[in-house]
Amino acid sequence: MITFLASVGAAFFAFLAATGRLARFALLGLSAALRPPFYPRLILRQIVYIGYYSLPVVGLTAIFTGMVLALQSYTGFSRFNAESAVATVVVLSVTRELGPVIAGLMVAGRVGAAMAAEIGTMRVTDQIDALTTLSTDPFRYLVLPRLLAGLLTLPLLVLVADVIGVFGGYIVGTYKLGFNPASYLTQTESYLETLDVVSGLVKAAVFGFIVALMGCYHGYHSRGGAEGVGQATTYAVVSASILILLSNYLLTTAFFGT
Amino acid sequence: MNGAVSPKIAAPKISVRGLEKSFGAKRVLDGVDIDCGIGESLVIIGGSGTGKSVFVKCILGLLHPEAGSIRIDGAETVGLPRAGRTGLMNKFGMLFQGAALFDSLPVWENVAFGLIQGRGMERAKARQIALDKLAAVGLGAEVGELSPSELSGGMQKRVALARAIAAEPEIIFFDEPTTGLDPIMADVINDLIIKCVREVGATAVSITHDMVSARKIADRIAMLHKGKIVWQGPAADIDGADNPFVDQFVHGRAEGPIQMEVRAV
Repeated sequence: MITFLASVGAAFFAFLAATGRLARFALLGLSAALRPPFYPRLILRQIVYIGYYSLPVVGLTAIFTGMVLALQSYTGFSRFNAESAVATVVVLSVTRELGPVIAGLMVAGRVGAAMAAEIGTMRVTDQIDALTTLSTDPFRYLVLPRLLAGLLTLPLLVLVADVIGVFGGYIVGTYKLGFNPASYLTQTESYLETLDVVSGLVKAAVFGFIVALMGCYHGYHSRGGAEGVGQATTYAVVSASILILLSNYLLTTAFFGT
Repeated sequence: MNGAVSPKIAAPKISVRGLEKSFGAKRVLDGVDIDCGIGESLVIIGGSGTGKSVFVKCILGLLHPEAGSIRIDGAETVGLPRAGRTGLMNKFGMLFQGAALFDSLPVWENVAFGLIQGRGMERAKARQIALDKLAAVGLGAEVGELSPSELSGGMQKRVALARAIAAEPEIIFFDEPTTGLDPIMADVINDLIIKCVREVGATAVSITHDMVSARKIADRIAMLHKGKIVWQGPAADIDGADNPFVDQFVHGRAEGPIQMEVRAV
């Protein structure tokens, strides 16, 4: 029994220590924004990399999500003659939940993994130490641009995903399920509130920060050559995905919880 | 003066006293005492895993020692906050064992990196200095446009040397500068190190287990074993040193007081 309690206690303390290390890393990254030099070109490069190059994957997942959502809600709602709610369900689901969550998970897989691999390779080949010896703060040069780019870019991506997702629902609704295009658009617009979109964008900003933080953190602390970099990549994607789902629940509770 | 005791240097550029560093239960540096004079070329020799790289990383502030003192120009650097390190780093240049060139940047920008990012120099001016430094290590301007991945190991070391001297630092560290190179290229790198260090007028601290390189570039040699300096003296005295560790190491014998450890640091 004592052994069991000891192992639970050790795991708890290890969790607290890991949380503390992560929080310290995030603070060091963000505090780099308070003092020059700043690297606007690097931030812009990361914005293009995270935002522009993620558009195809996020757009594709958004359109299919919207299409499936329209089909599923139609077949479900037709059981109690509520087919007219399809457009509303699609737009609310996409803007509040599916847009930010799916975009977040897609970006975690595409960008978070790449960040961890890039920074991890820099770590194991002494490039991060070289930055320091060249009077350049790695947090300011590597971490901050990625954190800011994640924070700023994912809301823009989600805004595009929202439009594409709703459009996917519209395509299925009008061409396959026989809804009148004008009434579908009216239904879409009439029940949508500003908070629905804003809450999704706030979630997106948090998810973008999480993806960048996990990519940078695991890459920065990778050890032991190619195997270590591979592990860092896996940890970055898995931890970002879990934290996205966890923070999604917390944010949903904060916005809409009763 | 030969032996484990550091000779008296009136105003050392680098002064290390009682330096200790452990990783878990493994004590890597166990009270290192050594000085390096202004403009001197000090080479630290020792087997793999004896803590040579750890020693240099402690001086650079990349690792934090548990105990001891590191003074640069008489000023204590152990415990210096991050902000205070920037000015100190401007005194340093470093050539890493694997060159550590930035893959994402062309060669000239690697060389000019410290000037542009670290010191805020205008790109055009920094580029010209980078091309001059590349020329100093025997590389043409056309190499400046290449990516580091397009270079051979010897060329990467030359670029790394050009980067180390680009900002004309006061102290240059060389981590295994000839490891992995053929004997001719190793000699070319040794000559370049001597030439560049003299031109810049810098103090040089090199770590190596290549005795040919050590004999060629050192004014003074120190041997690190089990976390302590077990011998130090003028480079010319190394072959006649009355020290069993040095004797075994310079002659590359398997038998002797040095037993190779299986696990690396």
